[in-house]
Amino acid sequence: MSKKVSLRIWRGDKDSGEFKSYETEADDGMVVLDVVHQVQATQAPDLAVRWNCKAGKCGSCSAEINGMPRLMCMTRLSDLPEGEPITVEPMMAFPIIKDLVTDVSWNFRVKQTIKPFKPRPPDAPDGTWRMDQRDVDRVQEFRKCIECFLCQNVCHVLRDHAKHETFIGPRFFVHTAALEMHPLDTEDRVPALKDDYNLGYCNITKCCTKVCPESITITDNAIIPLKERVVDRFYDPVRRLFRVLSGS
Amino acid sequence: MAEYTTHEHDVLVIGAGGAGLRAAIEASAAGVDVAVVCKSLLGKAHTVMAEGGMAAAMANVDDRDSWKVHFADTMRGGQYLNSWRMAELHAKEAPERVRELEAWGAVFDRTKDGRILQRNFGGHRYPRLAHVGDRTGLELIRTLQDHGIHRGMKVYMEHTTVRLLKDGDRVVGAFGYDRERGRFHVWRAKAVVLATGGIGRAYKITSNSWEYTGDGQSLAYHAGAELMDMEFVQFHPTGMVWPPSVRGILVTEGVRGEGGVLRNSEGRRFMFDDIPDNYRSSTATDPEEGWRYVTGDKSARRPPELLTRDHVARCIRREVKAGRGSPHGGVFLDIAWIKEKIANAPEHIKKKLPSMYHQFKALADIDITVEPMEVGPTTHYVMGGVRVDPDTQMTTTVPGLFAAGEVAAGLHGANRLGGNSLSDLIVFGKRAGEYAAKFAKEHGAGQIHDDEVQQIARWALAPFERDAKNNPYTVQYELQDLMQDNVGIVRTEAEMTHALEGLEQLRERAAAVGVASHREYNPGWHTALDLDNLMVVSQAITMSAIERKESRGGHFRDDFPDKDPAYAKFNTVLKKGPDGEMQLRRVDVIPLRDDLAQIVEDNK
Ligand SMILES: Cc1cc2nc3c(=O)[nH]c(=O)nc-3n(C[C@H](O)[C@H](O)[C@H](O)COP(=O)(O)OP(=O)(O)OC[C@H]3O[C@@H](n4cnc5c(N)ncnc54)[C@H](O)[C@@H]3O)c2cc1C
Ligand code: SF4
Ligand code: SF4
Ligand code: FES
Repeated sequence: MSKKVSLRIWRGDKDSGEFKSYETEADDGMVVLDVVHQVQATQAPDLAVRWNCKAGKCGSCSAEINGMPRLMCMTRLSDLPEGEPITVEPMMAFPIIKDLVTDVSWNFRVKQTIKPFKPRPPDAPDGTWRMDQRDVDRVQEFRKCIECFLCQNVCHVLRDHAKHETFIGPRFFVHTAALEMHPLDTEDRVPALKDDYNLGYCNITKCCTKVCPESITITDNAIIPLKERVVDRFYDPVRRLFRVLSGS
Repeated sequence: MAEYTTHEHDVLVIGAGGAGLRAAIEASAAGVDVAVVCKSLLGKAHTVMAEGGMAAAMANVDDRDSWKVHFADTMRGGQYLNSWRMAELHAKEAPERVRELEAWGAVFDRTKDGRILQRNFGGHRYPRLAHVGDRTGLELIRTLQDHGIHRGMKVYMEHTTVRLLKDGDRVVGAFGYDRERGRFHVWRAKAVVLATGGIGRAYKITSNSWEYTGDGQSLAYHAGAELMDMEFVQFHPTGMVWPPSVRGILVTEGVRGEGGVLRNSEGRRFMFDDIPDNYRSSTATDPEEGWRYVTGDKSARRPPELLTRDHVARCIRREVKAGRGSPHGGVFLDIAWIKEKIANAPEHIKKKLPSMYHQFKALADIDITVEPMEVGPTTHYVMGGVRVDPDTQMTTTVPGLFAAGEVAAGLHGANRLGGNSLSDLIVFGKRAGEYAAKFAKEHGAGQIHDDEVQQIARWALAPFERDAKNNPYTVQYELQDLMQDNVGIVRTEAEMTHALEGLEQLRERAAAVGVASHREYNPGWHTALDLDNLMVVSQAITMSAIERKESRGGHFRDDFPDKDPAYAKFNTVLKKGPDGEMQLRRVDVIPLRDDLAQIVEDNK
């Protein structure tokens, strides 16, 4: 069953832009990315939009749909109010390149500053390790991240306060947590969490968790345990004393 | 005169999927200066979509496994048209490459004793696929990406190469544009590694993304390299069929590896009805034995759902044609039934197949723990590609040009086994990186010829001067329809001849497409430039498929439905002729080395 849909798509570049209206036909089961592509193929060949997998696996097609940060390929038209135009605009927390495409390169630079994985020596003579499934479950949750940067986009520290230079954002707290909680890792990123990544700016609003398309419990499972590590290390007097005495 | 920026590097890697990143890591480790160019953002390459796992005979789950069995399985799956040397190297080196990923931070699912868990997959005798639920590709690419960015390589994200540059015989760099500004770039390099992936966008129904326009195959071809085995395209048996907008999206073979079964509209497990002779002794005779196999009973043989992909895909097509299909033209894939066998089935399914659960729930309103899925064949992978030396991955005819991963031919022969691609990427990506670095150290930088660059730039800008009414998307869609209808899963001489004529007409249309607006992030322009690549690979597939008058592996001819021993003796090889025409020749298959022949014999 095909029916008409109206779209309001933000068109423009870093200097200026506006919403343009388009009408197109939609079939059963279509997602927002499908109708955006249809507009591109038939009415606006130069409409800039990122995508790859069309199945929620690559994290390329992030945008704001009716004001909600979402993946275009996983947002079905049937989930949106019928008969009303669908508004599609680029992520707000990043500089615009063109139309729906934003400059997310900041994220790649941030990752480079986080100390990489450093494993303990292998457990077995053949150079391999032993890890229990229970001990890797949590890390695997974090490693589901598809780097869509939707969590970065909604975090008020970045979105409203533009602390990009001093705050790494929820995506990279998840990344740091995946490294810190990796059973084999021996690196220490706790001081950096406090001083360089400014974990303290996060006031646990949980907006990031709400938008994560991979349902990673960013705040409860990653951020709060990391905050606890920082507190234990730097603010807990008993532990501090113990560390001084034991020389660790 | 078009302007361009020149970048100087020792090794240029084109592509940032598993193969490209692994090559770049290896070349960096060898101490040369490395650049990686990719069309999308880093970490978004096709590899990210791989689900089921990577094959490596680590024998963690079944200690009867060894590189020899993996080798024999790969050769049987490829119907012996594989490069046996590549199959040997692959089987021997894959375990080490997988363990190395763990040392770089990958977190695979675990066995009870804490080692890397391995799962069953079609055509593999023993559980062999290291995996992370059904998102193994994400784990692979993220591990390589996060390791690689600390190795000093320079990454040019969202840059597309459109031609390789040569100095005499030798490759000396590449020409391309950045998507953001549409500006031109020349990468001058002593060695170039192609790791650009596949060609799925030549077809309408495909599991592949917009990137898969056959760029690497086409770049290599224009530079004088050979393409081999292009008739062998893999149609994966289980793509989504409904709703229409998701048609073609992959449903991992892992569903069947976990016990999923195929049924027709009569509820019959039709895969039991047609078991090829060479697999009969290793296939279960009844559903009970099949279930025992997927739950780890070592005395059981595998269910027929796990036969090779080409065979399963054709059986599905047969059921649909015979009117026994599902409502939307597929068949049923049922994993929910395992609730008859295990207590916590829904949780088990969600744990083992989380992204499939999510994909069906979100895109098709289907809860796979309760209802069956509807599935049908989808264009998935190309076995053929750039012809390379098996040890070094250097192309056979262009010094300094290497190819690895899906863009290269040889490992898989006539049909690829599931899981053998991800392991291919890391085994041969590493080798390509190693030998490209060696080549770079042994050779100085070549000369870039400005007139050649100018000529390519003029070609690339031409669409802006033509009438934008000739829409590039329309030509692309027509090409996809043409290939889907005429050079698809079942082929005939008449249809393919028709396709060749159609391609000839489309070539003229492609040369006339125009784009409006400016060069900045203009997908219409990008699509216009990609058309040439799609043309090259479509013609290559069609010509090779016409030449092979038999059915084998991924190539099935309705007019020659049987295997013909005469055709077991050669691979088809294509090269660009002096007048720009595509030339085809047959190249003899190299007979198996004696010890390897014995391994094949022992594992029959
Ligand atoms: C849905 C799906 C599931 C799969 N599951 C499995 C599985 O479970 N196991 C398995 O073994 N295999 C699987 N495969 C196959 C496997 O994923 C691919 O064959 C493999 O990832 C290809 O890797 P690659 O490194 O060769 O190329 P890719 O990962 O595709 O990377 C290609 C790179 O080249 C770049 N590129 C292309 N053209 C250009 C150009 N002109 N200029 C610059 N850069 C360019 C792209 O941007 C990209 O970075 C699956 C495939 C799909 C589609
Ligand atoms: S919980 Fe913290 S990181 Fe997440 S959105 Fe709120 S402030 Fe940002
Ligand atoms: S944590 Fe979730 S929302 Fe954030 S980038 Fe990863 S997948 Fe996206
Ligand atoms: S296109 Fe990959 S997540 Fe949407």
